Amino acid sequence: MTSLVQRNPGWTIVLALLGAVLLWLIVAPWPAGMEDMFGRKRIFLNALFNGITLGALYFLVASGFTLIFGLMKNVNMAHGSLYLFGGYIGYEFAEATGMWLLAFVFVFVFVGLLGIILQFVVFRRMEGEDLRQTLVTIGLSVVLADLMLWAWGGQSYQILTPDWLSGPVTIPLVSGTNRAGEAVYLTYPAVRIAILLASIALGVLMWLALNRTRIGMLIRAGVDDRDMLAASGVRVQYVFILVFAFGAGLAGAAGIVGGTFQSIAPGEDVRFLLASLVVVIVGGMGSILGAALGALLIGLAEQFGSVYMPTYSVVLTFMIMAFVLAFRPQGLLGRG
Amino acid sequence: MAVGDQTRGARPATAASAVGSASETAGNWLVNIPASYWIVGLVLVFMPAIASGFVLYQILGWAFILGMIALSLMFLAGYGGMVSLAQMSVAALAGYMVAILGTSGVHAISLGWPWWLYVPVAIIIAAIFGTLTGALAVRTEGIYTIMITLAIAAAFFYFTRQNYAIFNGYSGFASIFPPELFGVDWRRPIPFYYLTLFCAAGSYLAVLYVARSPFGLALQGVRDNPRRMAALGFNVVAHRIAAYTFASVIAAIAGILLVWQNAQISPGTAGIPAVIDILVIAIVGGIKRPIGPFIGALIYVVLRTYSPDVLEGFGLSGERFKTLIGLGFLAVVFWSPDGILGLWNRYRDRLRGKTDPLLGEKERP
Repeated sequence: MTSLVQRNPGWTIVLALLGAVLLWLIVAPWPAGMEDMFGRKRIFLNALFNGITLGALYFLVASGFTLIFGLMKNVNMAHGSLYLFGGYIGYEFAEATGMWLLAFVFVFVFVGLLGIILQFVVFRRMEGEDLRQTLVTIGLSVVLADLMLWAWGGQSYQILTPDWLSGPVTIPLVSGTNRAGEAVYLTYPAVRIAILLASIALGVLMWLALNRTRIGMLIRAGVDDRDMLAASGVRVQYVFILVFAFGAGLAGAAGIVGGTFQSIAPGEDVRFLLASLVVVIVGGMGSILGAALGALLIGLAEQFGSVYMPTYSVVLTFMIMAFVLAFRPQGLLGRG
Repeated sequence: MAVGDQTRGARPATAASAVGSASETAGNWLVNIPASYWIVGLVLVFMPAIASGFVLYQILGWAFILGMIALSLMFLAGYGGMVSLAQMSVAALAGYMVAILGTSGVHAISLGWPWWLYVPVAIIIAAIFGTLTGALAVRTEGIYTIMITLAIAAAFFYFTRQNYAIFNGYSGFASIFPPELFGVDWRRPIPFYYLTLFCAAGSYLAVLYVARSPFGLALQGVRDNPRRMAALGFNVVAHRIAAYTFASVIAAIAGILLVWQNAQISPGTAGIPAVIDILVIAIVGGIKRPIGPFIGALIYVVLRTYSPDVLEGFGLSGERFKTLIGLGFLAVVFWSPDGILGLWNRYRDRLRGKTDPLLGEKERP
């Protein structure tokens, strides 16, 4: 960290200044002139929090995608379909039993098993032929999307938030002043805060598992050199199956999260596949930290874009991607 | 990359033999045209005598247009080794330009230019868009190219859906008609059939010609071994970007025909399903040879038109044709990665008992 600061003093100052400005924007009550220029502070804070929670959801979907890609060098274009499928069966499970938390476990196991089947039937048969794998998964996503449309119809479903998480919480951040001149504090849906905290915890756990455990060591070794890992006596296929099941299960569980604070409907599969693609392109292939950074950036860009420049929000996301590709084709935290 | 590996064996041989035979009988090229070209050409030219207006306009005309867009993908994938999913967006942009610069039902946006102005401008704008896409995409390789072009295609779709000032948002443009040139109503089946046939044949021959030109051969060299080509002094990046430009011109012409055929254009024209359809068409037909996309397009259009009836005959909803198309695509990718053409080639080789020239044994299927 200190060496990084010493090497790039200019960038460090710029980043520190930006951080300070952002902190001031979040914490301090805005003066009247600012509100005229940028609109209400409440809108800004809401966009910020929505962007961060959306980033958390994108992280859940994209981290499985990037792990699978990093280890097995295959782009699973059916990843969005796994997300949507997880959302649908999570909805069915939650409706049938009324247990929201248990639905995560159920969906994680169920979609993880589906991922194992995929790995056995599709990916093991065409190892190393990345283009063919991509085409097969595109075909699979077309078929799965149509079958899910058949089973669940075209309407959108919303998974009900459990009672203990519904309703807003007050966050000690001033969002504005009321007529009497008193400070008004920001309120925000509790379920979103919970999801945000859960994804941060999951991200930290994943980082720890990757960097501090034996299985994580195997996965990292596999990302670096698969053949060498196999040659040193590790049963690489087992590692593959484990990672694929985990990534698929994570995508399915993310479907419940998405279904709770947005909705699940046909077309969401493509949306989340694309979000994963962009997140992974921006963050860098095969890097969990990169996925987190990319997801945060894209989530913030989408929310701020839709608030401050509604017709061009997609372009903002796209510009970030083009910019990263132009100056750092391997992604922000990818290894060149 | 897989495409490169698969095509490496077949391509240079055909290219080399074509160059050789062309130089031997340079003065007598008419005789040199294979018999199959004469037969297919004559059948297509006299098709209006036997086919109904519906078949000419909705099936063959549509197949030619989709075939041209898939052809631009085939050119990039087969000769350049770059699978670009943004070709449908390029075509749709050209279509949008026709609606915006020419006349449409939305008078507030359309500028009402004459056809001889808006057609070239639309092609140029779409080609510039395609070139910029290419300039971004060639910074990466292999499956990354697919991902980036897919992301660009999606951005184009969402942008056209959000933007009301230029692209008229969700509803798009309607009542866009081709110009009444030479006193012919080009929307009537027979004139439109010949128009699409002319453009499709033209772009097919253009791709054949470019593939055998020094540029095309260098592009195939870049596909097979970029490092060696760079060492020989070829500008690898420039060749790849130029390939995108050429492919985008073909896609743009097809896009203009598409908007004239449908008389409307909306964001859904270049939605993700449409983008995937173009990939399916090119892969199912075969991306080794320029005729493949047209075969794939014909199969796709026939399936798309008639499968609802067949499905309903089996008691299923007609909407399930997507599952049918997806399963067909999966079957092709699983068992014959070089498409229908690959199946045909293998069948022919088996009939002839062809042997591998290097190993002296029968070629493995």
